[in-house]
Amino acid sequence: MEARILDQFRAIVGRGLITEASELHTYECDGLTNFRVLPQAVLLPTSTADVQAIVRICQREKIPFVARGSGTGLSGGALPVDNGVVISLARMNRILEVDLPNARVVAEPGAINAEVTQRVAPNGYFYAPDPSSQSVCTIGGNVAENSGGAHCLKYGFTTTHVLALEVVLPDGSIVHLGSRAVDRPGYDLPGIFVGSEGTLGIATKIVLRIVKKPAVIQTLLAAFNTTEEAGAAVSGIIGAGMLPAAIEMMDNLAIQAAEASVHAGYPNCGGLLLVELDGPAAEVEHLIDEVSRICTQCGAWEIRVAQSEAERAVVWKGRKAAFAAMGRISPNYIVQDGVIPRTALPKVLSEIERMSAKEGLRVANVFHAGDGNLHPLVLYDRRIPGQEERAMELSINILRLCVECGGSITGEHGVGEEKKMMMGEMFAEPDLETMQLVRCAFDPERLSNPGKVFPRIRLCAERTGPYQPHPLEIAGVAQFF
Amino acid sequence: MATHSSSSSSPEVSVAAAETAWSDLRTLVGAEHVRAAIAEDAVDGVVPQMVIEPGSPEEVAGALKIATSAGLHVIPRGGGTKMDWGNLLRNNESRSGELLLSTRRLNRIVEHAWGDMTATVEAGCTFQRFQQTLAQHGQRLALDPLWPDSATIGGILATNDSGALRVRIGSLRDLIIGITLALPDGTLAKSGGKVVKNVAGYDLPKLATGSLGTLGIITQAIFRLHPVPRESRTLSFSNSEGGTSDGGSMNTLALAIQDCNMVPTGVQIRAGSASTPELGLHELDLRFEGTATGCEAQIEQTLRIASGARRIESPADVWNVRSTLWSGAEPSLVCKFSLLPVDLGTFLDLIRKASALLHLPWRLVAQAVGVGYLRIEGSDVAVLLHAVEDLRKKLESRGGSLVILRCPLEIKSKIDVWGSAGDALPLMRSIKAQFDRTGVLNPGRFVGGI
Repeated sequence: MEARILDQFRAIVGRGLITEASELHTYECDGLTNFRVLPQAVLLPTSTADVQAIVRICQREKIPFVARGSGTGLSGGALPVDNGVVISLARMNRILEVDLPNARVVAEPGAINAEVTQRVAPNGYFYAPDPSSQSVCTIGGNVAENSGGAHCLKYGFTTTHVLALEVVLPDGSIVHLGSRAVDRPGYDLPGIFVGSEGTLGIATKIVLRIVKKPAVIQTLLAAFNTTEEAGAAVSGIIGAGMLPAAIEMMDNLAIQAAEASVHAGYPNCGGLLLVELDGPAAEVEHLIDEVSRICTQCGAWEIRVAQSEAERAVVWKGRKAAFAAMGRISPNYIVQDGVIPRTALPKVLSEIERMSAKEGLRVANVFHAGDGNLHPLVLYDRRIPGQEERAMELSINILRLCVECGGSITGEHGVGEEKKMMMGEMFAEPDLETMQLVRCAFDPERLSNPGKVFPRIRLCAERTGPYQPHPLEIAGVAQFF
Repeated sequence: MATHSSSSSSPEVSVAAAETAWSDLRTLVGAEHVRAAIAEDAVDGVVPQMVIEPGSPEEVAGALKIATSAGLHVIPRGGGTKMDWGNLLRNNESRSGELLLSTRRLNRIVEHAWGDMTATVEAGCTFQRFQQTLAQHGQRLALDPLWPDSATIGGILATNDSGALRVRIGSLRDLIIGITLALPDGTLAKSGGKVVKNVAGYDLPKLATGSLGTLGIITQAIFRLHPVPRESRTLSFSNSEGGTSDGGSMNTLALAIQDCNMVPTGVQIRAGSASTPELGLHELDLRFEGTATGCEAQIEQTLRIASGARRIESPADVWNVRSTLWSGAEPSLVCKFSLLPVDLGTFLDLIRKASALLHLPWRLVAQAVGVGYLRIEGSDVAVLLHAVEDLRKKLESRGGSLVILRCPLEIKSKIDVWGSAGDALPLMRSIKAQFDRTGVLNPGRFVGGI
C-alpha cells in the first residue's frame, strides 16, 4: 500500500495501524482457518469519527475494507480481501449506556456479547442471543452474522434484539437506522443490516433490547439409545404445544468429545437431549414433568434435572464446548451449519450416517434440535493425503442435503467466503439478483467486504430483470459458479 | 368522501400506450379479471383507471412488467381495509395511468407444515381464514392485526400491522421467515425460506414488511407459528375515578408488572378524555397465556402488585378494542405513535392537557412495547392539524414517532403523514430506486414521498 495512504491512516489511528507482516498474520483469517488472506494493513479505530475518516479514505482511494470483531466467525466473513484493509473494532468495546426502565443497552461494536449480560444481570436482565463463543465474540460481529445460539428457539436471534444502529456507510456518511422506540417510519433498515455480513457498512453503535430474566430456569438431560428416539421426543415436546427456551441434541461422538474435554458428566448414550424450560415457577414445574414423561415415552433411560445453577452451568459447558472438544477425538474437523425442517431430522440423520460411512469419515452431530439447526462436525486428519478434500466435499454434500429437504445452508454462522458458492443451490438467480439490489443501494462501489455472501459480483449499473443466460452458458461452454 | 374519476391522460402515459397495456394485461390474466375501476376502488377519493386481479404470482409479476413498460402506476390492494394509510399518491389529480392490482384471487394457503410449525400462504388470503386453518392443528400466527376477517396477509405485511401480542411474541418482522416478491421489472424473487433459523443472504422479508408495497408486491409469505395457548386469562384495572387520574399511574403499574419475571402476552393501556368514556378513562388490561397453573400464579402475583388499583371487568373483545378508534365523530385523526415505554405516562398527560386546552375529545389504545393508537376528534381541521403536529414534534424529540393513519384529505394534502424518517431517508430512497427505478409502485405514498 502506498506510503501516502498509510500516512493518512496513521494520522487517524496513530499506533492503531498495523503494517508489519508478522503482526498482520493475526488477522489473515477468522474462525474458519482454511481460508487465509494477508491484509495490506489493519486499522484499530477508537471512535465513530475514526471509522468514518478511514472509510472516507477507502472510498476515495477505492480500497476495499473488511470490518472485524473478535474473529470468531466460522464462515470466513472476516477474511481479509486482496489489496484491502481490515478495520478492527476491538478498541471500540464500551457499553455506552444502560437504560433499565426501557430495557435498552447501547454498545459499541467491539463490546463482548457476554459482557452485556454481565452488566445487566445484577438488575435481573440478560441479553438473549448466546452464541457458543459469547465469552469472546463481539456485538458488532453478532450484528454482521445475525448470530443465534441455543436460546434463540424461544428468544429470537440478534436481529430480534437490535433496535437501532449508527452505521458508517461505504461512502463515509453516518446514518442512523431504526430508533430506540420501535416501528420507526420507513423501511426496516436494521432488519436488512443485521445479518448482512459486513457488506453494507460498519456499525459503530448498536442499541440492544435486553430481556427480563425468567423467574425459574430448569434444565433437563435425557439419554436415549439413538438420535431417532431423541428426535421423536423433540417432536413430542413441540407437538404438545410447548416452546422451551432451548432443545439441544448431541450424538455419541459429540458426547464423547465433550466428556473428554470438559467432563460435563453426560451419560454415555446414542442420543442426548438437553431441554431447558423457563418462565413462571408454576408453569415450568408443570411442564418439566410433561417433558420428562414425553422423553420416557420415547425411550429415554435416564433423565436428570439440574438441581442447582452450578449443575446447570456444567451441563451447558459441555454443550457449548462441543465444537472445540472435537480436537480431543480428531486432529482436524470441519464445523457445518445447516438447517432443516425439524420433521426431516430422522431422514437427514440416517442420510448423513450413510454418507459418512461411504466416505470413511466420522461425523459428530450437535444440533439446536428445536429449530432444526444442525452442526455436523466432519472429522478428518489433514496429514492423510486427500482426506481434507474429502471432508470438505462431505460437509458440502451435507449442506446440499439440507437444501434438498427444504432447509438452509446456514442457520447462524453466515455465508461468508465459505458458502457463497452454495447460495446458487438455495436460491435461483433472480432471488440473488434481487438481494444484490440492496447491496447496490448501500454500497454501489462494493468496497465493504466485497466478494462475500454472493457467488458472483453484480455490477450495480447492470440492468435488473429475470436472469438471462449468457450465450456461452446456453452453448454449454461455460457456467456461473 | 367525494370521489371523482379522471378521464384525461396523465402526462407520462399516452392513451395509446395505456390501451396497449390494458390489452396486454387482459391477455395475461384473462379479460374477466381486468375491469374499469369503480367508485369503491377509490384511493383517497380518486378512482384509478383499471383494476386487475391476477391469479398467480407469475401473473402478478407479468402484470407489473407490462405496467412498468407502459409507464403506468400500480397500487397494490389486499382486503382494502387500509387503503387510506400513507401519503396521497403523487399527481393525485390524474389517474388515467393507474392500475389497482388486487391480490383477491391470490388466496391459497399453500402449506401448513404443522410438524415444523411453519406455514406458507398467498398474499390475498385473509388473516382469519389463515388462522382458522392453522387452528386445526392447534397452532396460530401469533399476531393480532386490525380487521382480521377482511385484512389480508399481504396487506397486513405491507402495513406492518400488529397488536398487543407483540409484547411477548414480537411483531411481523419476528414471525415472517420467507417471502416472494414480484418486482416492477417482472422478476419474481424469493428470500428467506421455510426454516425458522436461516441467515443465508439478505433478509428481504423484513425489508418488505412495512414497505407499503413500494418495493414490490408480496405474493407469498412463510411464517413461523406458535401453539395456541392452552389457557388465556385477561384482567383489567382502572384508576379513573371521576376522570381525575394522572397519566402515569397505569403505565407505572404496567412497567412494574413487566419488571417482575411474569410473561404477559398483552399489556394494554386504554385512555380517553372525559367526553369519550366508552373506551375507559384510564385502564390497564393484562393477558396471561400458558398452562392454567401458570396463568393463575401470575394473576395472583399481579393482584399483589396492583393492590392499589381498582380491578374492573374487562370489556368484551378487549384485545380488539384498537379497531374501535376508527369510528366516532368526524372530522377526526387516527394516528399510530411510538415512544420509549417509560414515556407513555408523560405522553398521556401531554395529550390530556393539549386536548383539554383545545376541547378535542380523544381516545387511545397503547401497548406496553411503546406503540399506541390515538384518535382525536374536532370540528376545526386546522386545530386538529396543529394538535397532531405538536404531538409529533414532542414524540420525535424523544426518539419516537407519530404516523397519521386516517385523516381528512384536507389534512393529508398539507402534511407528510409519516413524519421524519431521519438521516436514513436518502438511503431509503436509494433502495426504492434500486427496486423500482421508474417509481411504478405506490408513488409518493411512503415516507419522504417515496
